[in-house]
Amino acid sequence: MSSLLDKQFNDENIVITKVDDLLNWARLSSLWQVSFGLACCAIEMMATSASHYDFDRFGVIPRPSPRQSDVIIISGTVTLKMATRIKRLYEQMPDPKYVISMGSCSNCGGPYWEHGYHVLKGVDRVIPVDVYVPGCPPRPEALLEGLLKLQEKIRNESLVKKS
Amino acid sequence: MKTTEEIFTILKNNFGDAMLELVTSQPVEHFIKVNPIEINKVCLFLRENEELLFDSLMNLSGVDDANGKKSADTDGTQIISGGTLSVFYHLESTKLHHKITLKVSTEREKPEVASVESTWRHADWHEREAYDLLGIIFLNHPDLRRILMPYDWEAGYPLRKDYKNPEFYLGMKVPY
Repeated sequence: MSSLLDKQFNDENIVITKVDDLLNWARLSSLWQVSFGLACCAIEMMATSASHYDFDRFGVIPRPSPRQSDVIIISGTVTLKMATRIKRLYEQMPDPKYVISMGSCSNCGGPYWEHGYHVLKGVDRVIPVDVYVPGCPPRPEALLEGLLKLQEKIRNESLVKKS
Repeated sequence: MKTTEEIFTILKNNFGDAMLELVTSQPVEHFIKVNPIEINKVCLFLRENEELLFDSLMNLSGVDDANGKKSADTDGTQIISGGTLSVFYHLESTKLHHKITLKVSTEREKPEVASVESTWRHADWHEREAYDLLGIIFLNHPDLRRILMPYDWEAGYPLRKDYKNPEFYLGMKVPY
């Protein structure tokens, strides 16, 4: 019995595309996330990963090491003590790397904005953020929308520097 | 099963009047005020005495009473000098099914309370929390470090009523 690779294709199976498009397509289709959660948003993030919402259909798989990851989802309250650890995790990720800030706490401090003596008022004070997802906590649909926005951003990237 | 009044009588017969006081004037459950330096002896007695058998410390929490002299700092914020910090102990006997509340008050300028870690092991982290957030020193505690705030936090004790949050921590801006 012959398999697919034994077959002779008439058109030699050639696809023509741009390098940019190929790389962007590869990047946005397998965004591996750091297996990392902080607070109640992390519960919604886990729900998004589970079978009902199935993050995996967008190629998002939690990885146990930042060195194997492309995206970090900051899902919850960033305390000052945790902020130094988040910065280190981010620095350990290989380029190109992306950040999704999930929920009010990591966007701007959330309910802790005034009296939270221990809370960093927005994770963008320590690392650059690509997509902000509002909500407290955001529903899984909102996180999926945030991921689609990030994919849209990656789709428009280019290796060529625009002058 | 014993009431707070009955337990107070037992304690008074063993320790005398000097370091104990029954408080019934407040609109909460009655509690016994104890000298902060003797609290460890009272607690050990409460656990070991066969009529009492308080084998569980349900909770231990610190309080800033903010009853000292209040004055304004140069930047308009409040400073409190003098007065007291307090620690509350909620005990339960799982064998005899009775409960009791103890209170110790210590000076704000030198807040020292005897540790009950050797009586109930779980007092360890509760006392570290009271130390972390209010700066209460527990004498003879085996490992009195901060438990929630960063180890290098130098701005003081956040739950004190005259606490001021710093502008920066490790180069990160803290206020909104």
